[in-house]
Amino acid sequence: MQLTNRKVVVSKKEQSFAEKLYLPAIAKGMMITASHLFKKSPTINYPEQKRPIAPVFRGQHVLKRDENGAERCTSCGMCAVACPAEAITMTSGERKKGEEHLYREEKYAATYEIDMLRCIFCGLCEEACPKEAIFLTDRLVDTEFERRDFIYGKDKLVEKIDQRIDVTKRQTPEVLAFKKIPGLKHNELFDKKLDKGNKH
Amino acid sequence: MTAFIIYKALMCIGVFVLCLAAAAYSTLWERKFAAFLQDRKGPSRAGWGGILQPLADGVKMFMKEEIIPNVSNRSLFILGPCLFMVTAVITSSVIPWAKPVMINGQVYDLQITDINIGVIYLLGVASIGVYGIMIGGWASNNKFALLGAVRASSQMISYEIPMGIALIALIISSGGSLSLKEIVEGQDAGFANFIWQPLGFLIFFICALAETNRAPFDLPECETELVGGYHTEYSSMKLGLYLFAEYINMFISSAIIATMYFGGYNFPFAAELYDKLGLADGSVWISLIGFGVLIAKIFGFVCLFMWIRWTLPRFRYDQLMNLGWKTLLPLSLFNLALTIVIEYFRGNIHF
Repeated sequence: MQLTNRKVVVSKKEQSFAEKLYLPAIAKGMMITASHLFKKSPTINYPEQKRPIAPVFRGQHVLKRDENGAERCTSCGMCAVACPAEAITMTSGERKKGEEHLYREEKYAATYEIDMLRCIFCGLCEEACPKEAIFLTDRLVDTEFERRDFIYGKDKLVEKIDQRIDVTKRQTPEVLAFKKIPGLKHNELFDKKLDKGNKH
Repeated sequence: MTAFIIYKALMCIGVFVLCLAAAAYSTLWERKFAAFLQDRKGPSRAGWGGILQPLADGVKMFMKEEIIPNVSNRSLFILGPCLFMVTAVITSSVIPWAKPVMINGQVYDLQITDINIGVIYLLGVASIGVYGIMIGGWASNNKFALLGAVRASSQMISYEIPMGIALIALIISSGGSLSLKEIVEGQDAGFANFIWQPLGFLIFFICALAETNRAPFDLPECETELVGGYHTEYSSMKLGLYLFAEYINMFISSAIIATMYFGGYNFPFAAELYDKLGLADGSVWISLIGFGVLIAKIFGFVCLFMWIRWTLPRFRYDQLMNLGWKTLLPLSLFNLALTIVIEYFRGNIHF
């Protein structure tokens, strides 16, 4: 049975005089390399030139604040559950009186760590987040010399009040609408978790 | 007498500096040229477009830790790269760089020395060059280095024979002089020797590739088989000297090919051009133009060397020996016989 027509029958026929000289073959090869002299190099001079990235590029995460500057994250743990690489860990804290300007709801993330070496930048945390708190941005994770430096805490993840990070390209109305659809797996999970919380 | 010594000293220093500068920038050009052939950009960070890269490489080489193996033969280990470097440089002493200059009624040859056995001197020094590699590889006391050295010496010895015979044919057809200056002068008016010696040129060129250990004849230092070849144990500037001397060798080989077969500083319609510009014999401008032409020819051959290196794969050792002894040697003898017959009928040889 013949699957492809790429089959070639090898023949070991005697070389002709021109082939034995090798010089025509060498000339042919040298013409091929010479033709590359005039081709444009595809190199991008990295620090000066950068490859264009997609508007929805998934880079380093950001923990958003709301319009009043309070952290949106309520430490529900949905992102950690959704994370296939188990890169996210957090501990919860309870908001005290007078901290309303810091945390939007009564529960907040006392610590929030993402291991950037484990993270696969899939964006599932963002998809799972019910509070629109975590987003992936078009920033690249910096290189470090130590493994422990890749574990980003809240100091690196939470956006600064005076340096807000624009995520409108990722937070489109379509995305918001998608997150509200009842019956989708992540929404269901969230509902269940809420139910569980109510029971206790 | 003092003037003569100063003039010769200046010539020596000038040619030495020229060789070093040419070799330094060959390393950069090699990397650039390879990059262009492979659709890359090559070194572009040190200085404008990478122009200071050779300097950076040199500094790097000097800063590296110097290691001399305990089991090596210390004095020979140090002698090896020195010898290789010296033989690479002194080959340049018989190359005529430009037409003689007349300054204040005194004629100055732009050649360090015009000895009447220039061609034999070239072959002699080229064969001493083997010792640099052989001594270095032997003194390293390392299997790979020794293998590289043995390969290098057998290769260089094998290819010297067809090279010498090709040169004999050249000398016969160019009038019988062994002085490089006379060979160049004989190629005036556009009749370069390669027109009479196309086969001889081909043989000489292939042998020059083999003598300079360039691809496809770079078996002495093939990384895939011998770690680093004869300079496996070398580090720091001793390694630098070996690598540097190879580029000097390439430059000098190109200069010799340009001089012997392509008319050196002569070029077609040179006399007409000088007439038109109103330049008298011995003018500095004539020498400068001739020197520029020679450098352009050398650059062309250096590019050809590099072009071949980045196109052809390496020979297998038996193929190398077959090519040398079974193809090039008979071919060069055939070329010699053919030349003798042709020159006899042209009336240049009398028995």
